[in-house]
Amino acid sequence: MIRSITQKKNDEEIEQLLNGFNRIFIIGCGTCTTLTRTGGEPEVQGLKKNLSGKGKMITGTLVVPVACDNLSQDFLSDFGSQIRQADALLVTSCAFGVQTIARQLKKMTVPALNTLFIGKETAYGTFDEICTQCGTCIIGETGGICPVTNCHKGLVNGPCGGTNHGKCEIDINKDCAWTLIYNRLKDMDQLDSMRKYQKPRNHLGEPKPGKFKLPEEENV
Amino acid sequence: MPSPFKDVLASGKFIVTSEVAPPKGTNLKKFKHHIELLKDKVDAMNVTDHQSSVMRFPSLGGCLLVKELGGEVILQMTCRDRNRLALQGDLLFASSRRIMEKGKDLGGNELDGGVSFCAGAIVTPEADPLEPQLIKFEKKIDAGAEFIQTQAVFNLDKFKAFMDYARQFNVKILAGIILLTSAPMARFMNKNIAGVSVPQDLIDEMASVPKGQTLNKGIEIAGRMIKRLHDEKICDGVHIMAIGKEDIVPDIMNAAGLN
Repeated sequence: MIRSITQKKNDEEIEQLLNGFNRIFIIGCGTCTTLTRTGGEPEVQGLKKNLSGKGKMITGTLVVPVACDNLSQDFLSDFGSQIRQADALLVTSCAFGVQTIARQLKKMTVPALNTLFIGKETAYGTFDEICTQCGTCIIGETGGICPVTNCHKGLVNGPCGGTNHGKCEIDINKDCAWTLIYNRLKDMDQLDSMRKYQKPRNHLGEPKPGKFKLPEEENV
Repeated sequence: MPSPFKDVLASGKFIVTSEVAPPKGTNLKKFKHHIELLKDKVDAMNVTDHQSSVMRFPSLGGCLLVKELGGEVILQMTCRDRNRLALQGDLLFASSRRIMEKGKDLGGNELDGGVSFCAGAIVTPEADPLEPQLIKFEKKIDAGAEFIQTQAVFNLDKFKAFMDYARQFNVKILAGIILLTSAPMARFMNKNIAGVSVPQDLIDEMASVPKGQTLNKGIEIAGRMIKRLHDEKICDGVHIMAIGKEDIVPDIMNAAGLN
């Protein structure tokens, strides 16, 4: 399952972001950041303990099932007063959740995490980016491996000179995407796919910020 | 005054290019010195471009200086860290100042008339696995590369095998020659520079001479390799990368018997 991959901000940055706010309500997320162990119940309780020790008053904590969905009326009636008492909300979801909460609650909202990428856990505690959502998918010709995401340079026509015995010159722990693609296409006897010239990527595939509407006849 | 590089490529002579590296900063004294020293000795100078992703004085600015000083120049373009507006804008500017161009496969393809480049590209003949490099090499030739400067080669028998394959294409190949300065430097490259492989016997040869003699040994080895490439007509020329020791390039050419 794909997840929003996050990393905890360091304590100094969180302290600095909360400077001047004494009463804090902490919101965690029961989906991605629980699964990645960066913003579920244990991490929320850890922050509560840490910030309490630094003199902050924690008005309450809550781990919502999905922070990027609007908070339900049930949660708001159960926790509304604790949220209202707070000067600021500290959120341990990814940035999608932080933005949803900030928009809905209209309170000072502080992220406790940095959102890194959309990816998956490929080994315990190891997360890899899988798709950058470029809007112009070419993986039908690259053996199902995305070079736009997995090649450090996002090259679409083959490896650069920094390919290094199957690894990437920027990091010996990162695979060379084009070696992976080559090996897979070769196994499937489809190397001609790699010989095909890929035109320069169309950066207008989905310009930022992404916005897409289903055509009307399908949107019923 | 050197001939235009396009003419050099067509001349059939053994081609020698080398590098000059712009400074990290605005002090151009050493850079100018290297240009003055090399402009009448080599067929063209590559001006390196933000090598190793380190911001420096730009290649294009360095190229203008080479032209002003009367040298023939190859503009290197590292395509990685600039967007297409910047890359294409640089190409238009370079063309307006009659600078030749060395680019990767994006360079030039989208330009619509009005420019005439002599396009070059790179290949890494010692990459492992090699076949993906060769597939891309052929794409670069299809995209119009007229000459190829290779990543450093040290094992000339292996390079000869690469040339047996490369000879079927209508493209001039300049073998990359990196000056070895010491045995630790060679080991450092093996460990840290992708696609560069210094064989153990050359490392041993570098280690066999006393300290203070290693640079001379490196010059001897580079000269010996170039001489063999030239005498056995293995490839069309060489691209000498002295990496900070550009003032040694004439000595390497002497050692190769190229003067």
